[in-house]
Amino acid sequence: MGVSLNWLKKYVDIDWSPEELAHRLTMAGVAVEGWQEQGSDTVLELDLTPNRGDCLGLINLAREVSALNAQELRIPEIKIKPAVEKVEEYIKVEIVAPDLCPRYAARLVKNVSIKASPEWMQEALINSGIRPINNIVDITNYVMLETNQPLHAFDYNLLGDKKRILVRRAGDGEKFTTLDGVERVLDSEMLVITDGSKAVALAGIMGGENSEIQDDTCDVLLESANFLAPSIRKTSKRLGLRSDSSLRFEKGADIEGLIYALNRTAALMQDLAGGEVVQGICDIYPQPRNPLSLTLRPERVDYLLGTSISPDEIKQYLQRLKFGIKEEDGQISVDIPFYRPDIQMEVDLIEEVARLYGYGNIPASLPEGESSSGGLNSYQKFRQQLNEILAQSLSEVVNYSFINPADFDLLLLPADSPLRNVVKIANPLSEEQSVMRTLLLPGLLETIQRNLSRQNQNLAFFEMGQVFIPANELLPMEELKLGAIVSGKSELNWLKHRVELEFFFLKGIMEDLLQQLGVIDYEFKETQNPSYHPGRTASLWVKDQEIAVIGELHPLVLENYDIKERASAFELDIEKLFSLLGSSKKVESISRYPAVERDIAILLDQEIKASQVISVIKGMNNPLLYNLKLFDLYSGAQVPKGKKSMAFKAIFQSAERTLTDAEVSHSMDNLLEQLKKQLGAVLR
Amino acid sequence: MLRKIEAIKKECQLRLSQVSSMEELNEFKIKTLGRKGEVTLLLRGLKDLSGEEKARAGRVANELKQNLEQMLKEKIEAFKLNELEQRLLQEKIDVTLPGLPRQGGRQHPLTQITQEIQEIFIGMGFTIAEGPEIESDYYNFEALNVPRDHPARDMQDSFYISEELLLRTHTSPVQVRTMEKMAPQIPIKIIVPGKVYRKDDDATHSPMFHQVEGLVIDRRITFAHLKGTLVRFAHQIFGEDVTVRYRPSFFPFTEPSAEMDISCVMCKGEGCRVCSHTGWLEILGAGMVNPRVLQYGGYDPEEVTGFAFGMGIERIAMLKYGINDLRLFFDNDKRFLAQF
Ligand SMILES: [Zn+2]
Repeated sequence: MGVSLNWLKKYVDIDWSPEELAHRLTMAGVAVEGWQEQGSDTVLELDLTPNRGDCLGLINLAREVSALNAQELRIPEIKIKPAVEKVEEYIKVEIVAPDLCPRYAARLVKNVSIKASPEWMQEALINSGIRPINNIVDITNYVMLETNQPLHAFDYNLLGDKKRILVRRAGDGEKFTTLDGVERVLDSEMLVITDGSKAVALAGIMGGENSEIQDDTCDVLLESANFLAPSIRKTSKRLGLRSDSSLRFEKGADIEGLIYALNRTAALMQDLAGGEVVQGICDIYPQPRNPLSLTLRPERVDYLLGTSISPDEIKQYLQRLKFGIKEEDGQISVDIPFYRPDIQMEVDLIEEVARLYGYGNIPASLPEGESSSGGLNSYQKFRQQLNEILAQSLSEVVNYSFINPADFDLLLLPADSPLRNVVKIANPLSEEQSVMRTLLLPGLLETIQRNLSRQNQNLAFFEMGQVFIPANELLPMEELKLGAIVSGKSELNWLKHRVELEFFFLKGIMEDLLQQLGVIDYEFKETQNPSYHPGRTASLWVKDQEIAVIGELHPLVLENYDIKERASAFELDIEKLFSLLGSSKKVESISRYPAVERDIAILLDQEIKASQVISVIKGMNNPLLYNLKLFDLYSGAQVPKGKKSMAFKAIFQSAERTLTDAEVSHSMDNLLEQLKKQLGAVLR
Repeated sequence: MLRKIEAIKKECQLRLSQVSSMEELNEFKIKTLGRKGEVTLLLRGLKDLSGEEKARAGRVANELKQNLEQMLKEKIEAFKLNELEQRLLQEKIDVTLPGLPRQGGRQHPLTQITQEIQEIFIGMGFTIAEGPEIESDYYNFEALNVPRDHPARDMQDSFYISEELLLRTHTSPVQVRTMEKMAPQIPIKIIVPGKVYRKDDDATHSPMFHQVEGLVIDRRITFAHLKGTLVRFAHQIFGEDVTVRYRPSFFPFTEPSAEMDISCVMCKGEGCRVCSHTGWLEILGAGMVNPRVLQYGGYDPEEVTGFAFGMGIERIAMLKYGINDLRLFFDNDKRFLAQF
């Protein structure tokens, strides 16, 4: 909101430069974003916090300035020379929805002459961002900016014959054309001002075309009312219609100050439009508000702020804000003005003291007492370790937690897949971001697609994030997942090396991770997953629990995401993995005796898996066999059709002695024999 | 005899000095010290001599033998060294060729900043608390003193799941969850990092972003402690040379409330585009925990007090790294991620 500095100076003297004024107000909690020269005036741009809507009114803002610079606050005096007629002879006000309209006051001004308002008023309005229209409308706007109380002027003679104002809820589907010429369809939660038969204003938001001030308007009915903030907010939102009036009601207007605003408006119409103000106010206020009085314990100020501010100083600050105070038994009783609805508790008063004292003057110190020892718990440490290990070879990404429901089709998930059971957002930004993810894959695939479309090659990413699963509890389940995706291969470097970013690359990362975490008891098993290649997918089992899926992505899935390269991914359940971790890692002692290595190459049927060979050998429980590694795999012209050759390196070692050649050869013979017997292996 | 020995010695020394390869050296060794070598034969011939002559000739001949052996050894070492030098010369590489690219990755900048923030607060005795990203209206608003129809709800347009559930709009719900868990124990000293969601999407807003919340509750916690703690944080994350200021602000869950600004890290307070020419950057909101919130959490506001604060991690990261578009954090471009 723009504030004319010249106008503000009508209510309080200000010697500060605009810069100084902006700084002082900002540091006292009335934020000024900036200012600019406008002719001979300066316009301040306010950025008010929601609790200080009162400062939208110049008198209230001037009161803040006066509290800061200790200059006198000047509130305009009102001098009305009322006509002999009484307002009751002209209008009767009735509120049938007092829950939405706690007070409605009206006054009549007769025989106005409609013309342009005086220059000073036009300039004040223009510098405040409001377009002058005619003297009557301008005066209502002027007083609104001055007092923060929205006012409305009706052409009295357009109000119908009943000469009454009836405040009621609108009918469902009731149509009403507002001042801006737009026909609005109302509902029964909205409040309208009627003349007893037709609506003439949308309460607190905008008047109607049908009772608008015209060039030939003669008699004006003035409204100064109070409407419930949430109701105005809701109506304004539903109709997509905001006005200077609704803005003020939404923030809570001053229910006691509205009579002053009404009289001020009437007086200006008398002075500037030659109007005759009819005697009396038609004021309907069924349940007058009780003024609020709060107790402030001076010692509580220091207790909360860590300062030493004397009780006298405290009283001074409150007086500067024009709060009525009484002192009783060392406590200060404070009358809270109606224009400060934000002050409801003792701490609110402490804030008032603090902001006038200056936040900058409050000392700074660290809490004393024995210093508690901070740190991460074991699960947090684990997650951090996981993240650091993965970041050794993959780059971490962060994707949105919401996905497109169509992702499940793109991932080829069957109709009954549990992953399709989602938490839906009721008001999403778009359909593409309308459901909470149940897996990380969609975001990872989009990451690959986006990077490929920008000619980024050699992609290797991971993400750690929650997935969301509907549950019968109040809150859905949230599970932390680790996902990774790779695609392409590194560029050929000058040493003719290149890394293929495929299944075994990812599997190696997983195995390295498990090793670093000290997980020994794990197994990869062939599996089927609709989003992955039917022949290139495994599940990771740790201690009889399935904790991850890893595989090359199904070519159709890649096609669905417009990815023209092969890509592999895994998704792992972090919480499960953590729950399966053993206690701390045990270090194996290293044998002092030499190890003996033997290589063995065997021919096997094509369909026999490496894991079978390993399980046969491990099944022999040979205590001398220290380690076994696959180092070559071959199928092709050199071996018979339907066969493949596998070469292993077996490492024998004892912790107690040096092994003899004979012992090792014997072990190797046994090993081969078992492979022959169980898998039909042939020595190559 | 002695003369003969002297002659052999001279000749051997001459021949040895002419040896130019390991092969010639071996040949020389066989010819002199081998089973039928000259020196071996000479020594063997001494047994035919007698008396004093035998003793003298023996000493000189043995000296010759030792002398030769020593010279041979030195020669061998010289040859070996020479050979090594030759090999090393041949093994020369072009050290200016590029190193082999490692398939390496990076932690996301937001993860890095979060860890940095965590470490600073852990150093001040804080622990990490966490909570759900889908929250109940109660924890997200009501227990934080934001009743239904409160204008403060306008500040945060929310993604709703149902009447009762929404994507949390801030990490503050964990304040009340932690208090409920801990009450009436003190102290509480936590920070809460995590994802939050608001219905905004443009260059300065993302529908999902990250916050770190902080909460301290104990006997006699004051606004001075809030200032002391956050000043230390600001100095550790942005450097000792930043200045800090506090402005009154408004949050429903704190009272008094404050906004903390730091002197602009881009222009050192001179005024630039990043700080809208004010010289100051708003980096976090804070305040003394509102007594109503303490009550919701199960504490008596007459007995304990506390302060709370919250900041956007993206904002801190943007200032630290000089990033001007928030969306880059969620765009996941390899070239962006590789820079951290
Ligand atoms: Zn700057």
